[in-house]
Amino acid sequence: MGFDRLWQGVIDTFLMVGVSSLIALVLGIPLAVILVTSGKGGIYEAPTLNKALGAFVNLFRSIPFLILMVALIPFTRLIVGTTYGVWAAVVPLTIAATPFFARIAEVSLREVDHGLIEAAQAMGCKRHHIIWHVLLPEALPGIVGGFTITLVTMINSSAMAGAIGAGGLGDIAYRYGYQRFDSQVMLTVIVLLVILVAVIQLGGDRLALALNKR
Amino acid sequence: MNVAIARERLVQPQPGANHTELHPELSHAHVRFIGIGKTYDGRQGPVDALTGIDLAIQRGEIFGIIGRSGAGKSSLIRTINRLEQPSSGRVLIDQVDIAGFDEDKLVALRRKIGMIFQHFNLMSAKTVWQNVELPLKVAGVPKLQREQKVRELLELVGLQGKHTAYPAQLSGGQKQRVGIARALVHDPAILLCDEATSALDPETTQSILGLLREINQRLGLTIILITHEMAVIRDICHRVVVLEQGRVVEQGPVWQVFGDPQYDVSKTLLAPLQASLPEALQSRISAQPLSSQASVILRLRFTGSQAQEPDLGALFSALGGQVRLLHGGVEHIQGHALGQLLLSVTSTSLGAEELRKRAGQWAQQVEVVGYGI
Repeated sequence: MGFDRLWQGVIDTFLMVGVSSLIALVLGIPLAVILVTSGKGGIYEAPTLNKALGAFVNLFRSIPFLILMVALIPFTRLIVGTTYGVWAAVVPLTIAATPFFARIAEVSLREVDHGLIEAAQAMGCKRHHIIWHVLLPEALPGIVGGFTITLVTMINSSAMAGAIGAGGLGDIAYRYGYQRFDSQVMLTVIVLLVILVAVIQLGGDRLALALNKR
Repeated sequence: MNVAIARERLVQPQPGANHTELHPELSHAHVRFIGIGKTYDGRQGPVDALTGIDLAIQRGEIFGIIGRSGAGKSSLIRTINRLEQPSSGRVLIDQVDIAGFDEDKLVALRRKIGMIFQHFNLMSAKTVWQNVELPLKVAGVPKLQREQKVRELLELVGLQGKHTAYPAQLSGGQKQRVGIARALVHDPAILLCDEATSALDPETTQSILGLLREINQRLGLTIILITHEMAVIRDICHRVVVLEQGRVVEQGPVWQVFGDPQYDVSKTLLAPLQASLPEALQSRISAQPLSSQASVILRLRFTGSQAQEPDLGALFSALGGQVRLLHGGVEHIQGHALGQLLLSVTSTSLGAEELRKRAGQWAQQVEVVGYGI
């Protein structure tokens, strides 16, 4: 068990978490915006769409990641052509992360004071202006905080994915630490994960604080 | 055929149409409410927030709408920029019915109607400058023009040095100044003030009211404000309407409503401003005379309908005997002297009723409050 292997594990974890979280960010924010604006009293009120989308998000949120991952194997094969390795793990990770992050971002967007939306309407903002100039900037600190939580949760999930052949730190811990009883590797992976989570959490908190002007 | 048309008009009167012929001033009203009603779906069935509101607000005036919370003020003022859609009736702005406006027309209208709020409603993630700039930015105004306008307005409201501050770093009064600058950035013709000073301390309230008065005079803006504080109405409004349970109960020039309120609601709202009987005095007054020498306690009200302040010398000699001033004072609203005096009259041969009559020559309303103990 060399340093190279461990380093590769870190890179793989970064890749899995990074790519899936990035996709979740890109898909989750619009999803959250639709969920908030189509809700009751929202600027694009559409109760049917809102309910349908909400149910869809809840469906994926309620399936434990391990089961979701297995259930999605045929879909994963369709998308990336394989069910093994980093890229195969990105598919279920993304599908788990997107609704998770969307719900957190939705809460932040919902917390934007209705008075601000009213003020924006009164000053002659069109609805898309309100989303772009009011809702998103005002919710940004909360969204950053939510994205930090998503990243940490994805590290957790990626380790699970590692156990069924995705690579990354979870894979190393499983194969060396669990199957070969190499407690030194196990400990190293734990330390690496703790450092990783701490750095992400600290960075996210700092950024959210810097963005929060309230 | 003419008869048929006339009959039709009688059967289905155009709300407000005949009014305009009778009252030419209505045809150039800046904002007109015609039969405005608003019904909400409450938990226990529909709730009427506004019923049959008819008002005409003239160009360039400061028009106050006062009422207790829940009286419908907030709904009413929001029908002017259609943040609130009336359930019935029409709102005319410059004689144009705004009910049929689509989003583009509504946006254009709202840019001509500024609005400020009780809780300021500033974007917390934007600086003072960016907050004031936002309405121009979304309207697609070029950067250079924006800069000039924002600078000019921040100067007008006295926030030159605060361009890069965030709202959280400002005091309440400063926040409202940013709100005012933001509301004026499109050179609106109307400014709506939704309890604009209710979250401010008395001193800051005065400075904001002063600023509003200045804007009204300098820019000729029509200002429509809602408040539950009579002091705000007294200090800056020209005309006032009292709203209660969604209906207009009283309206007129401020001095008139203040000098001679007709309804309980108006009296209640005015109570904090009017000198009520101090407790120490109350204990010295009885409803019936306890002796034939008991002094008579009179309350004289000056409603401001007289051109001059009360002539005390003439009043006292009319009453005769020994007249003591127990309580009272006079204040000036729009050049009218309003107020009340509480007098005790002793060692006079005149009866209470005669005293009341005599005092009535000098004051608009006189009542016998009781007799001294």
